[in-house]
Amino acid sequence: MTGWQMLFYKEVMRFWRVVGQTVGGPVLTAMLYLLIFGHALESHVKVYDQVSYTAFLVPGLAMMSLLQNAFANSSSSLIASKVMGNLVFLLLTPLSSWHWFVAYVGASVFRGLVVAVCVFAVSAFFTEFSFVAPVWIVVFALMGATLMGALGLIAGLHSEKFEQLAAFQNFIVMPMTFLSGVFYSIHSLPPFWQKVSHLNPFFYMIDGFRYGFFGVSDVSPWLSLGVVGVTLLVVSAAAAYLLRIGYRIRS
Amino acid sequence: MPAISFQSVSKAYPSPRNPQSGTFLALDNVSLDIEPGEFFGLLGPNGAGKTTLITILAGLAKATSGRVSVLGSDVQTDFAAARRKLGVVPQELVFDPFFNVREALRFQSGYFGVKHNDAWIDELLESLGLTDKAHVNMRALSGGMKRRVLVGLALVHKPPVIVLDEPTAGVDVELRQTLWAFIAKLNKQGSTVLLTTHYLEEAEALCGRIAMLKQGRVVALDSTSALLKAASGNVLQFKIDSELPPSLKTGARITGRVVQYPATDALAIERYLAAAREAGLELHDIEIRRADLEDVFLEVMKQHARIDPTVQQVAA
Repeated sequence: MTGWQMLFYKEVMRFWRVVGQTVGGPVLTAMLYLLIFGHALESHVKVYDQVSYTAFLVPGLAMMSLLQNAFANSSSSLIASKVMGNLVFLLLTPLSSWHWFVAYVGASVFRGLVVAVCVFAVSAFFTEFSFVAPVWIVVFALMGATLMGALGLIAGLHSEKFEQLAAFQNFIVMPMTFLSGVFYSIHSLPPFWQKVSHLNPFFYMIDGFRYGFFGVSDVSPWLSLGVVGVTLLVVSAAAAYLLRIGYRIRS
Repeated sequence: MPAISFQSVSKAYPSPRNPQSGTFLALDNVSLDIEPGEFFGLLGPNGAGKTTLITILAGLAKATSGRVSVLGSDVQTDFAAARRKLGVVPQELVFDPFFNVREALRFQSGYFGVKHNDAWIDELLESLGLTDKAHVNMRALSGGMKRRVLVGLALVHKPPVIVLDEPTAGVDVELRQTLWAFIAKLNKQGSTVLLTTHYLEEAEALCGRIAMLKQGRVVALDSTSALLKAASGNVLQFKIDSELPPSLKTGARITGRVVQYPATDALAIERYLAAAREAGLELHDIEIRRADLEDVFLEVMKQHARIDPTVQQVAA
């Protein structure tokens, strides 16, 4: 194993050691959403023809879990290492900022995908879903997880206390994922909020991802791909830059 | 080629008193070369700049000006090569609570790209008395055991240059002896060692050459023997049961009941003893000993006590 591969492995082992908390917890939360919203709204809401509300809900919940957990992995690992002081072991190594980026984001992507696959596996007991365009599913899952892993790096580097990271999660990540069309089609919103939703990159990640399952979406998957791609590049570049200058980790 | 080279290194931080308009010079134009195979001591009071110098060497901080290299590799421009040659034992007792000792060593070895390193890891565990703790989670180790692991982590990639930043602070005698025996063995095998410590008897016993820092400047740099020779020679030491009169406090070093005076000759010793007798002091355990590194250190610090503090405050 090379240096960055070892760091990737260590980051995977870090969340795997507490798999009940890092994978089991998010899957249970997603299932509770599915049970409560699915049962409550199944007979009242029809988003797409031929698609039940529960089936509509599953890809959104899986993507939401993927995004939140990819973010949580890199951000919590970094902040914990900073607070505990053990980040010094990494800072003393010859690993470059690029190695850090690949290892931390790679582990975030891995955790996001594990959580999403588990959400689908458990959801299969409740509903059936199709895979109309699997390539779109894979592309949006990978891009979304990478974007959120990189965003988690930025949040972890910027935060110096757990409270700061919690604020990042509670006031940015959580509202943006909830207001991205996980539980509804944005066409059901008033025009103003539809426009607001179009400014939310999380909406495009979930809409593009959902297109892969049903072949229908609120906006063109190509538009979603463009928005997510540009956001991914901007966020990744920012994270890579902050790592390169040692933002809040080297003085 | 020096093992470690500091060339005109300065480090300025925002002044704690006035962060907006001033800077505090933690290091002021420090130049120092440490040759391969040396056991070098870096001494100084708290806040002298020792740890700042080491953090710059380790790449944890960037010098405001100057250049630092490890066996010819610049710590900024050629950081990967420099860090491969350097093993640093940090001062803080830090650990990763997710893993056990062997895992921590394997990860650290892997970060340096060292493969198939289990034989050396076993040797490290054995030499540091950690063999029976190899599978114990880091959280469950005592402070002394954690300190041993820190040493192991610094040495796991077999660096030719070892930096120990106060490695024996707050640890028991057994660990000190184990640690110094192991580090001395590595030094004999050719490793360069840079040590900072507040235990001056350790520095005197181990270091061939010593630099003393005060307020970010090198105020003494010489071989340990030359520093000891340059000291005042002898020290008169005794114990008292009562308070030392103010007239006798001039020049005295008082540690609890122990009073020490630097004494260059027999006349000076007689003078101190006569003054003590006149003051009615009852003296116990009187001895005259050679000046040690602590005496040298205190003398050097006293000589440089009048560094103008305004020099340290540089307007931004």
